[in-house]
Parts: sequence; C-alpha cells; structure tokens
Amino acid sequence: MPKLLRPLDVYRHLPGTNCGECGEVNCMAFAAKLIEREKRVEDCKPLFKPEYKAKLQKLLEVLRPPVKEVTIGVGDRAVTVGGKVCVYRHELTWYRPTALFFDVDDEMPEEEALKKVKYVEGFEIERIGVKLRLDGIAIRCVSGSPEKFAKRVAKVVEATQLPLMLCSYDPNVMEEALIIASTKKPLIYAATKDNWYEMMKLATKYQCPLAVSAPGDLSLLKSLVATMRKEGLDDFVLDPGTFVEADTLAETVNMFTMLRRAAIEKEDKDVGYPLMGVPAAVWMSPEKDEVTTKMKECYVANLLMTRFADLLVMHSTDIWMLLPVLVWRQNVYTDPRVPLSVKPGLYEVGPVDEKTPIFVTGNSALTYFLVRGDVEKSGRGYLICVDTEGISVESSVAGRRFTAEKVAEALKSSGVESKVKHKTVIIPGKAARISGELEELLPGWKVYVGPKESSGIPDFIEKVWSKEVKFE
Amino acid sequence: MAEKKVPKEVKSFIDLLDQAKVLELRDVEILAEEFVINIAPQLIQAVPPAVQQAHAYLEEAVKLLRQALGIPAVPPAVAPPAAPPAPAVPELVKATFEPPVFTYAGSIAEVQIGATSAEGGTRKKVIKVGGESCPPFYRFEKVMPNRPIVALDVFDTLPPLPKTIKDYYRDVLKDHVAWVNKCLEEFKADLVTLHLISTDPAIENKPAEEAAKFVRKVLDQIDIPVIVGGSGNPEKDLVVFEKVAEATSGERLVMASVTIDMDVAKAAQVISKHGHNVIALAFLDINQVKELNRKLMDAGMPKDHIITDPSTGGLGYGIEYTFSVMERMRLAGLMGEESMQVPISCAATNAWAAREAWMPMDEWGPREYRGPLWEITTGLVNMLAGADLFMMLHPLAAMTLKSIAEVLAKPKIEKELREVAYEKWISAKL
Repeated sequence: MPKLLRPLDVYRHLPGTNCGECGEVNCMAFAAKLIEREKRVEDCKPLFKPEYKAKLQKLLEVLRPPVKEVTIGVGDRAVTVGGKVCVYRHELTWYRPTALFFDVDDEMPEEEALKKVKYVEGFEIERIGVKLRLDGIAIRCVSGSPEKFAKRVAKVVEATQLPLMLCSYDPNVMEEALIIASTKKPLIYAATKDNWYEMMKLATKYQCPLAVSAPGDLSLLKSLVATMRKEGLDDFVLDPGTFVEADTLAETVNMFTMLRRAAIEKEDKDVGYPLMGVPAAVWMSPEKDEVTTKMKECYVANLLMTRFADLLVMHSTDIWMLLPVLVWRQNVYTDPRVPLSVKPGLYEVGPVDEKTPIFVTGNSALTYFLVRGDVEKSGRGYLICVDTEGISVESSVAGRRFTAEKVAEALKSSGVESKVKHKTVIIPGKAARISGELEELLPGWKVYVGPKESSGIPDFIEKVWSKEVKFE
Repeated sequence: MAEKKVPKEVKSFIDLLDQAKVLELRDVEILAEEFVINIAPQLIQAVPPAVQQAHAYLEEAVKLLRQALGIPAVPPAVAPPAAPPAPAVPELVKATFEPPVFTYAGSIAEVQIGATSAEGGTRKKVIKVGGESCPPFYRFEKVMPNRPIVALDVFDTLPPLPKTIKDYYRDVLKDHVAWVNKCLEEFKADLVTLHLISTDPAIENKPAEEAAKFVRKVLDQIDIPVIVGGSGNPEKDLVVFEKVAEATSGERLVMASVTIDMDVAKAAQVISKHGHNVIALAFLDINQVKELNRKLMDAGMPKDHIITDPSTGGLGYGIEYTFSVMERMRLAGLMGEESMQVPISCAATNAWAAREAWMPMDEWGPREYRGPLWEITTGLVNMLAGADLFMMLHPLAAMTLKSIAEVLAKPKIEKELREVAYEKWISAKL
C-alpha cells in the first residue's frame, strides 16, 4: 500500500502564516491541495524567502513521490510525467497520465516531418467533456549527421510548442541539437553504458531531463542512475527497453513491473523515476501488413500504459488505433475515489426556449456526456438527470433505479413545466417499458420513447418530435 | 553594438572573446541563415596553448551565439582539430537490481473445463484455467501455470450482431457444429460458448428440455467442452441449467451464469450434482462477488468449480471499474480471501456496446479495424488485471488476444534480450 501523506505532514513544513497569497484560506488548506496535486509548491511565494530555506527543502523531500515527477518542455504544452504514489490505481489514484510522443526523423522529407508535427500538435478529440490530446515529438537522428539533425531540430522547434525528445546516442549530435533546442527543455535520449558521462555533462550544462537506456539490463540501468545521481542529476526517464517480439514481449512487461514495484513498494530511489516505452519499435520487425502492425502498436501501447509506462513513443497516427489508447488513458487515469456521476437535476443544453424538447436520462457521467452531446447535435434541449446512483439507464431500469415514479418526481421538481409550452417528455429507448406507467403518473403529458442509442436523438427530433408536437 | 540592448547570451559571447584576448568583433550584424567560423587545424596545432585556449573559448562562444539565434550547425569546411584527450570517465557505481519478490498467503484455484472418458465424460480435450500464485504476469515471481483462455460466442438463435462480425459467420449460421468448428479451426478459439438465447421467455421461450437436447447433440459431434450460456432470465436459466446439466452429466461443462437474484443454493446443487462448473456473475460490486461465491460454496459447489465474472464494462464505458474490481479481487485472493480464490471471466464482447466499436463514423476511421481493436483492448487490460477466461465475439479480436495471451504467459523466454537490437529504434527507418 502507498504511504499516504496527511495534510499535517505537509503543513509543518509550510510558513504557517496563513497569508492567503496562494489563494487558499490557510496553510492547512494549501497543504491538502498540495497533496492532491491541485497546487504547486511554487504557489507559496513566502516559502522561497531565505528564512524558509530549510523548510522548503524539507517540504520538497516530503512531497517527493516514490516515482519522481519530471517535466519535459516549456509553456502551456509542457508535460509532467511520473509522480506515481501507488502500483495499483485502486489504492489511491494514478497521477500524471502517460505522455504520448510521436516520432519524426532527420531523413524524411522536411515537409512530411512538419506535417506530422502539426497534426500531432493540433490533434484533439472531445470525449465526456474532456479534450484528448497528444503530447510531444520525438526527433530521431537517422542520418548520423550532427548538421542534418540540428537543422531538422531547428525546423521542428520553429514549427511547434510541443515538448520534444531528442534521440541520438552520439554526444556531438546531441550537443548540436541542444544548442538549438535546450531552452525548450527537451528530453535527451539517451544516456547508455557507453556515453553516459558525456550525456550527463550535456544534461547538466543545458539543464534538460535525461533518458537513461539500458535495454534488458536492470542492474546496469540502476548503476547508471545511481552514478549520475551521485553527480547531482535528478531528472531521469528510465528506458528498460521495449522488446516486442513474440519471444520477448513478456520480458518487457516483466521489467516494467519489477521497476515500478521496486520504486514504490521497495522504495528503491535509483529506479524511482518515470518509465518510458517505445511501441514504435514494432516497426523494426513489421507484421504481415500495415494494419496488423498498427494494431500491434496500439496494443503494445496499452499493454505498457497499463503496466506503468509514464511516457510512450509511437509512430502511427491513425485515428482508429489512437482512439483505444486515448480512451484507455482517460479511463485508467480517472480518480477511482470520485464516482463518475453528475448531480441529478435539470440541465440546459444550447439556447433553450419555450419550444425546447425535454429529455430524461440517468445521472451516470458517461450517460450525461453522451446524451448531452447528442442533444446538442439535435439543436437544444432540457435534460433532466434522474438519480440513478451513477448507473447506466439500462442497468437502472433493471435495478429499479429508473422508475416511472422517479422520472415523474424528477420532472415535477425540476420546474421545467413552466418553462415550455408543450407537455411532452422524451425517455430513453432502453426505458421503453416505463412509458405507460409514466403517462398515468403525468396526466395530460405525452411520453415519447426516444432511440435506444442517444446517437439517434438528432434524427428522432427531426423526424418525429418536431413534426408531431404542437405548442400551446 | 549598444551595450544595453545585447541579449544575455550575446553578452557572454563578447565576454568570452574578451577572455580570449585575441579577437574582437565590431559592429557585427548577422543576417545569414548560416554562420561559419573556421580555423585551420594546422594553425591550431602550431600555435601555443594560450591560442588553443582562445580557440576553445571561441568554439564555446559560437555555440552560445547559435543558441541565442537558433542557428543550426553547418559542416565544417575542413576537419575539426583533433579533440583533446577526453577526461577520465569515472567508474560506474556497481548496483544490482534485485527483483522485488513478495510472498502470498493464498493462491487461485485451478478449474478444469471438460472431462475425458477416464474422468467420467466423453471429451477428447480438456482445458484448465486459473491456478495462479502471484499477480498476473509477474514472471519474476512465477510464470502462470495456465495461459488465459479465449472462448468465442455461438448462438442457438441469432441476436442482432454488428455487420463486421456477422460477415465472418454467414456460411455457418444455420449449422451449429460447423459454427463451433469454424471458431476452433479457423479462428483458433480455445473454447466456445453455446448461448441458449432461444430459451428466453421474452424471445422464443423454448423449453429447457429442447435446449438440453441441442447442447447434447452439438457436444456429441465435437471434441471440446463448451460453456453453456443462459438467456439471462434468472428463473428460466435455473431450469435450463438443470436440464442441460442432466443431459451432459459428467462432462464438466461451464454453466453461465448464476446471479445473485437466482436461487443460488438450488443452482449450486443442480449444477454440482452432475460435476459441472459455474460462472458466477456479479454486477461490478466486489462485495456481491464475495457474497455470491460464498453462497455457492456454502451450497456445496467446490471452489475449483467456480469462475467469477464481476461484469465487464467495455473500453470507454466503465472499463476502469472492471479493471480495478478484478485487480482487487485477484490481490485479495492472493492475500488469502477464499471467496476470491477463483479464476476470473471477462466478457470482452461488451466492448461492442460502445459506439466507437461499431458505429460508422469517418472521423474515427474504418470501423472494420476500430471494432476488433476495441474488443482486443477491453480484453487485454482486463487480462493484465487478472482475468483468465475471455468471452469474445470478433474472430480477429479473439485470435489476437489469444496470441497475446500465449506470448505473455510463455513458460520460457527463448530469446536473450541482448540479441535483440532494440536500441536501433532511434536510427532505423520505421
């Protein structure tokens, strides 16, 4: 089990003046927000005064999660990875969703590279009220030429605000690129057993996070990190190697699992850093066709994300294979302590007026966002969420949580009746069986049974409701 | 150059020139995209150390200037001077990574599906699930004794199915034995589930006896055991399970599913009397799992005849609840909670409830790929949470998940990782 911090553990290292500069009412409230990652240490300005130097240092120690947080990039799109405090999400929650980086290289045509960069930067899909996005660009040095690589890096830096990862084992190549890009705080990939000393110097000189790569050799990985920690470096991302063949994939999962358990449950500080995986590696030994390789890249990504990868480097950008990765990331990184439901009651969707249809549904967050989205597409609507305890409509009809009585009661107490000039209500197709009873409970009202899938709402409004409903 | 306006980096560039005491730049304006400073190597070698030092300063200055201006390097016109001997690289700290092995108080029961003639049945093939004594795929602790199993769905009466799936089965929809064989031979499934949905009182309400005859008939023509799926009506299923259990006595099939709203004790008796297994289905509630399994065991169902299904939310539709319930169940079982020491079943088919899996939608890409991948993902993440048995619908999804299970549960890794040039991913043509 993770060691949970209590606000008091944090509070004792704060100034304790309750000055309110951080926006919280007092230091205790700020301490609680710090633990929840809702505030940052930097938000406490007084703490950075010389007299609190000792407190600040102690605070940072106390707050340091067993998997250190590492920030890549600068500005709005900077991404912080790591920060994990538990192996299993049900023990608390997983902080810092896995960052998804996409590769370009210095030998592909410039136009193609920049097009991919722009696509990754602009990618956005909205799902249950959240915008799902991609996080960064990994630039690979395929040419081996410092000049070519630096030129490509310069072009990418010019084109995007996304965090970067610079990939080369050659310190000379790396320095040429860092000269261009170091102010963007890219992730340097990678220090290995052969180049670690020079890479360490570069990471120190240019103040950038450093990936440490020791494929298949966790003792070496640990040695490299331990050595560089002694030299004062502390921003690492660990790469145990992503082996994806039929006879090696299991070992990849094994290494990731060992590293994360050692970091959290054995408190091994030398491996207490974010882990990176490279699903893009499937392209080194492609499957029989492109689609199959892309599918493999997708499931390797989800496999590693589930087994603790904090950063993934991917190659393909097809929406159909990114969608499962983005949705699983959204799902697995939700806070298991927060029930996924919305407040029961009346919601207005779009510009409502007296001729706006009334929809009834459950209060599971999933239901709410899906139905809301589809009502929006149909134009507008009053949406009444009945308290189904966060359960889907189908299950709550079966479990007597979505009954005619409850719907009638919710409709009456919402006060929507006085806001419209019609007496019709649309219930979900999956709740069809309550329609008769509901009409009995609502004299003068007509109950419409809507589509079984909320995606049918726009069609239903256009073809049925709008044609049939007359206004008073 | 007006002193006040120069950026910090350029200022330090000038400082460096200053330290070198050999060069001075005046009124410099750099507009070019390229910036080259070359110093002939022979000159460097011939000159005294002070000037070499100056060269080093100059190189550093050029770097700073390029950094300030964002100018990439260009190839030097001549070879750069020979690098000074590299400083001695310190020794690496010697560290050994110890696999973080834990010990567990409990282990998961192994359930055998199917019985051979020697065991009182007529099956030529039997399948074992479960039996773990550490969390899933913690190879550093133990390799799992049985790999996860994939079962494809076969229906006695066709329910509405997504077109992408139906197309695979068109030729066998009327011949259930051919359907089973297609699942096994062409789609490589380990098992099939015979869904007796025609028994549903709300559909055809076929009598239980007829359903039992149907199962027996199919069974007589195939080698493997089957999972018998009811209609989901708790009263009718109990009767159906009783009749099927009788008609297939000793075959050690799996009756799916017993739920909390059924007469659980009676179900346990009629099923265990004929030596069959059961899937206990709870509704995403770990306490209900516990209660149901307890009731079954109390009514005489042996622990190694129970598989538990905590309900599967598809990807994007509550999958994280399923994932965490399964993970908690498995860990609780290993910690010693007896009611959780049974294999876990996952209905990956529920992925198809998600519109992302089946709905034609251009902005999500072709659904022929999206659908199976949705089912694969739903199965895969639950496999990592501890699921042992997968109910699946799409042949491609089933084949893929099975091959992932084979790969992850491999008893032995034949290839040394050192032989694989993983590190080349950064320079390979992908």
